[in-house]
Amino acid sequence: MTQLRVYQTEAIVIKRIKLGEADRILTLYTPEKGKIRAVAKGTRRPISKLGGHVELLTHSQLLIARGRNLDIITQAQTINSFMPIKNDLIRLSQGLYCAELVDAFAAEHIESVETFHLFRDTLDRLANSDMSAIALRYFELQLVNYLGYRPQLQSCTLCNKGIQPEINYFSSSQGGIICPQCVHEEVLSRRLSLNALKVLRLWQNCDYAIAVRINVNDELAKELETVIRDYLKYLLEKQIKSTAFLDALKVKPAAIDN
Amino acid sequence: MEFTTTAEPIVRLIEEFGKLPGIGPKSAQRLTYYLLQSPPERVETLAEAIRGIKQGLRLCSVCLNITDSETCIICCDDNRDRSKICIVEEPADILPLERTRKYRGLYHVLHGVISPGDGVGPDDIKLNELIMRIQKGGIDEVILATNPNLEGDATAMYIQRLITSPQIQVTRLARGLPFGGDLEYADDVTLSRALEGRQSI
Repeated sequence: MTQLRVYQTEAIVIKRIKLGEADRILTLYTPEKGKIRAVAKGTRRPISKLGGHVELLTHSQLLIARGRNLDIITQAQTINSFMPIKNDLIRLSQGLYCAELVDAFAAEHIESVETFHLFRDTLDRLANSDMSAIALRYFELQLVNYLGYRPQLQSCTLCNKGIQPEINYFSSSQGGIICPQCVHEEVLSRRLSLNALKVLRLWQNCDYAIAVRINVNDELAKELETVIRDYLKYLLEKQIKSTAFLDALKVKPAAIDN
Repeated sequence: MEFTTTAEPIVRLIEEFGKLPGIGPKSAQRLTYYLLQSPPERVETLAEAIRGIKQGLRLCSVCLNITDSETCIICCDDNRDRSKICIVEEPADILPLERTRKYRGLYHVLHGVISPGDGVGPDDIKLNELIMRIQKGGIDEVILATNPNLEGDATAMYIQRLITSPQIQVTRLARGLPFGGDLEYADDVTLSRALEGRQSI
C-alpha cells in the first residue's frame, strides 16, 4: 500500500528545538501515532502562519507532509491553547513537567489514544482547576498504568501475602508494596503510610471525578509526591529535569523590595 | 583513514567551514577554494577578524552585553536613562531594539532563558546579576523583552515574581499581531492578547 503524501492529525506539542535560521523541530504527541517529530518551518519569525499554533503545550490540528527525513508541518489550527497554563508560572511549570514525562515515556509511532486523552485532560485540569496536586499524581499513576508499569499495591511484591492495614513500604525496584515482614530484604524501600497506600490504590483505579473527592492534606500530598516521583525516576533511569523548577517555585523567592 | 587526493590544509578548512551553521559540504568547498584564490592580505584580514571575536571580547560589567571594554558603549553613554533596564535573552536581541530608536535606557542580557524541560533553571542564566543590579537601587522600570514564546514568558513571569517593590514598575513588551501579518493565521493566544491590549486610535 502506498502511503499518502500528507496526513492529518491532532497533536500536542511537547518539545521544541531550534533548527537552522528560523525553523524548529517539534516533538508532537498524537493519538494515533504516539510520539512523532516534525519540522515547523519559519516559526521563529514574527510573521509565521504556524507560529502560535505550534507553541509548546498547545493542542492543534495539523496537516503534515511526509518528508524524506523528517516530516514537515504545512498547516496548523489550534484546538486548545490552554491559555491559563501559559498565563501562570506555577501552572506552566506543571504543564511542562507533564510534557517531559510524556516525552520520556512515550514510544514513537505507536498508537496511544488513552495516554493522549489522559495528557490532554490533565493539561485541561491544570489550566482550569486548582486541584493541581491531585491532577499531577493522578496523571503520573495513570500514565504508568497505560504504559505497563502499574505498581503492585494489593499484595507484598516479595512474599505475595495480602497487605495488612498498617505501615508498609514501597520499593521502586520491586515495583510495589513490601510488607513489614519482608522489608529487611529490600533496603532501598521507603516507608508508606496507610493513608498514602489507600489513596494510591484508589487513584490507580478510579475516574478523575472520584479522585478529586479525596481530601489530601499537605503532609500526605508530600508523601505521595515523593513516592511516585522516586518510582518514575527509577523507571526512567534518569532525573526528570523539570522537577527542579517545579520545586523552586514552591519556595517564596527572596524578593527585591528596596 | 580515508585516502584523499586533496592537500591536507584544504581538507582541514573544508571540514572547519562545514561545522558552521547553514553550511553544507558543497558550500564549504566553494568557500575554501574561493579563499585559496584570494590575495593573501584578504585571507589574513579574515583570519584576524575571526581571532578577534574570541580575543579581547568580554561581558560588560553592568549589563553583560558583549563588549571589548570594561563596560559597553550603551552603559557608558551618559545620555541614556539609567533608571530603566530592558531585559533581553541574548546579546543579539539588543540590536533590533536599538534600531527602533525608541528606547534610551539600559539593558540586561540574561544569556539564556528558563527552560525547565531542558534543565535550564533560574540559576543557569544571569539572573543573580540582575537582582544585584536592581538591589543597588535607582531603577524605576524593568522592561521584560524576552521572546514572546513559552520559555520567554516563563522567564518574564519568574522575574516579575521576584520584583515586589512598589517603586519599580515591571512591564512586558506588548504582544499582539505582527506588522505585515494576516489575521486569518493568528493563533488564539496572540489574538486574545491583542484584544485585551487593544487601543483607541
